[in-house]
Amino acid sequence: MLGTYGPPAALLALCTAFSIASPQFRTWTNLRNVLDSASVLAVITVGLTFVLLLGAIDLSIEGVMAASGLSVALLLANNRNDVDLGFVAIIAAVALGACFGLANGLLSTRLRIPSFMTTLGVSAIGIGVATVLFGGIQPTISSPAVAEWANGQVLGLTRLTFVAAFVVVVGVLIQRYTRIGRYARVIGGAEDLAALSGVRVARYKTLAFTLAGALYGLGGVMVTIQLGSGIVAAGAGQNFTAITAAVVGGTLLSGGRGGVIQSVVGVLIVTVLANGLVLIGVSPYVQKAVQGIIVVAAVAITTWPLRERMRVVK
Amino acid sequence: MSVPVLNVVDLKKRYAETTALGGVTFEVRPHEVVGLIGENGAGKSTLLKSLVGLVQPDSGRIELRGNAVKLRSVAHAGSAGIGMVFQEQSLIPNVTVAENILLGAEGGAVRGGIYRWRELARRAQVQLDKIGCLVDPMAITDTLSFAQRQLVEIAKVLAIEERTHAEPVVLLDEPTSVLDSDEIEILFAQIERLRTHASVVFVSHRLDEVMKVADRVYVLRNGQTVGEFVPGQTDEAELQRMMIGRDAQGSHYHEDAQVDVSAKPVRLRVSGVSLKGVCDAVSFDVRRGEVVGLAGVQGSGREELSRALFGAETLSSGHISIEGEVKRFRSPRAAIAAGFGFVPAERRREGMVATMTIAENVTLPHITTVCNGPFLDRPRERRIVNDWVQKLRVKAPSIAASIATLSGGNQQKAVLARWMVSGDLRVLILDHPTRGLDVGAKSEVYKLIRTLSATDVAIVLLADSLEETIAMSHRVIVMKDGKVSAEIPAPVSSKPSPLEILERMI
Repeated sequence: MLGTYGPPAALLALCTAFSIASPQFRTWTNLRNVLDSASVLAVITVGLTFVLLLGAIDLSIEGVMAASGLSVALLLANNRNDVDLGFVAIIAAVALGACFGLANGLLSTRLRIPSFMTTLGVSAIGIGVATVLFGGIQPTISSPAVAEWANGQVLGLTRLTFVAAFVVVVGVLIQRYTRIGRYARVIGGAEDLAALSGVRVARYKTLAFTLAGALYGLGGVMVTIQLGSGIVAAGAGQNFTAITAAVVGGTLLSGGRGGVIQSVVGVLIVTVLANGLVLIGVSPYVQKAVQGIIVVAAVAITTWPLRERMRVVK
Repeated sequence: MSVPVLNVVDLKKRYAETTALGGVTFEVRPHEVVGLIGENGAGKSTLLKSLVGLVQPDSGRIELRGNAVKLRSVAHAGSAGIGMVFQEQSLIPNVTVAENILLGAEGGAVRGGIYRWRELARRAQVQLDKIGCLVDPMAITDTLSFAQRQLVEIAKVLAIEERTHAEPVVLLDEPTSVLDSDEIEILFAQIERLRTHASVVFVSHRLDEVMKVADRVYVLRNGQTVGEFVPGQTDEAELQRMMIGRDAQGSHYHEDAQVDVSAKPVRLRVSGVSLKGVCDAVSFDVRRGEVVGLAGVQGSGREELSRALFGAETLSSGHISIEGEVKRFRSPRAAIAAGFGFVPAERRREGMVATMTIAENVTLPHITTVCNGPFLDRPRERRIVNDWVQKLRVKAPSIAASIATLSGGNQQKAVLARWMVSGDLRVLILDHPTRGLDVGAKSEVYKLIRTLSATDVAIVLLADSLEETIAMSHRVIVMKDGKVSAEIPAPVSSKPSPLEILERMI
């Protein structure tokens, strides 16, 4: 009960509370703000959800976003080189993200290293690649058309928000109707039993990591286009926020439970919270701490029924 | 006579310390229900594991419809035509019944990586219909009852039929161990249905069940097939002897060393102890020096109860008292402080810290006995541990050796020594203390239990087999569905028969 209806109820309660406390919060403009600012987080959290469903963790988000972000900046018309691949640049940057994800998957399944370590390492590699690409001079996208398209509004929302919505829908479909999605859940439910039934666990784990990497790449691209230039810090702080969002929404870190929709509810909770706290006048300096408290509380609440006196937690 | 579907010839498997299979031979004919019966440790589980590719036998043959096969994995065994219904179920809890039934072999229900749910449900329904199971294929598995999940497991195994285009061999591993009597009746009816689609191997340690469902029964003892019989044509007492072995049990269990405790005061009193969802208002006493055997099938609650006595589970009601003093343990630490000792069933995982030395393992719970203030007194530790290692005749190169290097029996003695170091051990809870030990090591552990009993330690024993329970205990408390169903005295002069206890267990 708590797992299913808790997060949407919390979202509703937050919105109600902020609406009462702040007249600014309850405007259409602000609702659009919230949705627009949730777009990048939604895309990467959808990716992360597939990894969490496996019962694994992915800490490579910041590195992948940085590498993909800088590549897209250097492959579109920019101040650093004469390359302009247009839409292909975006595909290439997303593909780069997928390669990082593939590396995550292969390293943790073939070398049998916990995903916690491999993804942390891959993140550092991504930051390294991004730093080299950055090369001391910030690449700025020179053609205005890209930013104009991305930030252009349809029905009061930026096109990037529609991109995010599209990703969410595709994510739900993948989760529900494809082997990658279903097996991620199966593996998270009981990896050893899945292997007993002949499921190629390593392959499907790797695929889930790859899918996630592609979406982090897309996230990096979105941030870069919003900013108009490529920076190494494109994904700074996003990993923690994405994990927070997924967990708060009900996608358990232990794997097998939750899913894309739950994670998106989590994304909205986190975004509404950040937005609402600013509007009611809470200092942005304490917001991070509030977010931290919320993630710990959410994990405590969702795992409460699983407590046991002698359960070893590492 | 037709060719046997499954023919197992002289299968052998040795582990470092013990012989798990010492030559098992049996055959299963088409549409037959074959019973495999044996005590715990007779080699049933190793045999089953080698039949589904989880264990590679050292020698011997497995033949399927006349062809020798080498099984590499459960999935491979499945495609060869052998499927197993695991005792500790093998369904993925968080996905649908249909996904579980067809897992890894979805065939046309998943095309190009895309799920066709309707087709998946239809195919799962075909399997469920074979056994007349009314579970919705789209239900999430962990919303089902245990008995329903077992039926789903059977349906899953039956899906092998479509894959191999031949009737499968279905292995049922102790399928009744967690079912209540109504559910067992339903299962038996299912087995009758099952035999129209498959050949069945029914593995159990319960004679009465095997007699009821099997056409032919093989008896397993010490890793060997020691007999074959047809139910109804053999005397039950004769079968008991076949299962347990003819050699006298008395000396093995040191029964002559069983002390009389009838005049001793009660040390441990368990009063109306309940554990949420596990056991309900359990009460019994243990006198000083008395060994009380807790008997019960899996799911009877005896394991959880024993852990609760040691403070490792939370009591929902009731209490325990020692020498009349009520105790409420919030942790094993509190229980240890009150003079409790606990030998867990999983020696390697829970019983010892494999990365530490013998000495460190022995002094683990009572480290203060070898400390001066916050500092460890190494010479004193060596002295005390050496003393116990000699008394218990632990065969070890040195007490500074890693405990992992010892044989199982010696490890267990070191684990027992741990509780004797403090000098005021009052209650000892033994959860399968002889599991995985060979015969000689078992006998030494029994002797140690007798010695402890003679020094007034109250002992609660969860034994590996009924035979062991009966031989070692002064009294047997039988548990069924979380309640005490019988209390049977077991003095040396008139030990109860296993059947007497079995009757109250199920």
